[in-house]
Amino acid sequence: MRDLIRPYTSMFRVQFIGQLQYRAAAWAGIATQFFFGFVFVMMFTAFYRGGTAAPPMPLENLIAYQWLKQAFLVLIVLWSRDNDLDNQIISGHVAYSLCRPVDLYALWSARLAANRMARCSLRFAPVLIIASLLPAPYGLIPPPGIVAALLFALSLMLGMLVAVGLSMYIHTLTFITLNNTGLWLIGGALADFASGLLIPLPLMPDWLERALNLLPYRYMADVPFRVYSGDLSGAAAAGAMGIQLLWVAILFATGLLAFRAVLRRVVIQGG
Amino acid sequence: MISLRGIRKSFKVVKRGSGAKAALGALFRREYNIISALDGVSFDIPDGEIVGYIGPNGAGKSTSIKVMSGILVPDGGTCTVSGLTPWTDRKTLARRIGVVFGQRTQLWWDVPIADSFELLRDIYRVPRQDYIRARDRLVDALDIGSFINTPLRQVSLGQRMRAELAASLLHSPDVLFLDEPTIGLDAVSKLAVRQFIRTINEERGVTVLLTTHDMNDIEALTDRIILIGKGSILYDGAMSAVKSSRTAEGLPVEEIVAGLYKEHGL
Repeated sequence: MRDLIRPYTSMFRVQFIGQLQYRAAAWAGIATQFFFGFVFVMMFTAFYRGGTAAPPMPLENLIAYQWLKQAFLVLIVLWSRDNDLDNQIISGHVAYSLCRPVDLYALWSARLAANRMARCSLRFAPVLIIASLLPAPYGLIPPPGIVAALLFALSLMLGMLVAVGLSMYIHTLTFITLNNTGLWLIGGALADFASGLLIPLPLMPDWLERALNLLPYRYMADVPFRVYSGDLSGAAAAGAMGIQLLWVAILFATGLLAFRAVLRRVVIQGG
Repeated sequence: MISLRGIRKSFKVVKRGSGAKAALGALFRREYNIISALDGVSFDIPDGEIVGYIGPNGAGKSTSIKVMSGILVPDGGTCTVSGLTPWTDRKTLARRIGVVFGQRTQLWWDVPIADSFELLRDIYRVPRQDYIRARDRLVDALDIGSFINTPLRQVSLGQRMRAELAASLLHSPDVLFLDEPTIGLDAVSKLAVRQFIRTINEERGVTVLLTTHDMNDIEALTDRIILIGKGSILYDGAMSAVKSSRTAEGLPVEEIVAGLYKEHGL
């Protein structure tokens, strides 16, 4: 068993260590995260002060949602991408990867997970710590209990896997388009909106929220961030996390089939 | 043992005229040309042989190697390498073959060469002892020791190619496909690469299929050449026979091959 998964764990390790080199990017990222964190927090606070109807989500939960989004952005956002992989596909260097005794889909999934976790490991702690120290109502509230905290961690990992599954679809499509710009631009914009990263799903009109419940995107961000604050708890949290797991299974199973179908017709051009 | 029978592969290439009108037209209707890259290629290579696979640019050399290594699925024909069909047994075959594409790299850009080797060891699941033995032998034979801990981006092309050769042999394959392994190398590196190919062939009986545009590579390594042009095998036999059949004895080998190409209308 250990021998069976060795290529994948080894790829994960090398990629994880490789990503830790980019410290300047991490510091710049943290600064950006605070900037956008404050913008979103102030914007939603203003909305809530000016609103007259009963809010669909308590303000402190909404603000926790915003800070978690900033802390774990690179983990769950679709556009946290692997340019080297796309360049391999576009340039044809992927020829080498195709003559290795491994499942390339699994190898690349391990690589994408490593990218996301390594980038996130450099950034999340400062954001969480400083956001927790901010005065109410602008600060990050702690989760209501240890159960919520554990469920959040699990749900966040499932959200990351949904993001990896969707990213693999984009890399698969790059084999056909041989250009990755448009795919990431459109995919990223769609995912940002549909996952609740721009506006949390409870704040959307009912019909839109119901429609987005049917898509995989909210299971990247909206679910884990609401499990944290207890906005989703008990049966609601369990149900949502069950669907997360289902989406992970669906995305990886169909993604693997699509990847294999594309590889069968792949053409490596040039000498 | 490598055996190809009637391997065919064609590519669809978009046909487009030049100019704005043609570009606009292509938005709505695309026309394709079918380019036949391999048009019924057959040959056999017994175990332990070195074969020079030559032909002008675009003849189908790289396409054949991609078929034999399982990267491309041909449109028709049969192929076995070490008893396996490459495109159906890709992963099993991968353990028995080594591939070097001279114009591409398999090593990781940012990490020391030694780390790339370690990752390849895990990808091929080579047992520790076997790996250390193979690595030490390769490091020694290719004289890699002095730059093995340098990241790939900081080594010269000649050093890189030696590292690429070592990387493709860490799992001790029986068959080695070398696609232009001497491209862009200086004289010293070329000699080192040739010497190394000869050594692994003689000492370990590795079957080698080598494509190159440098006829001196062929002369130094083998007498058997397979000439491919426009997707078909045009000649399969001894280089010495080609030479002696020509009236102009003593011509440089490049001239002889150019004459051979011309004779076949390439």
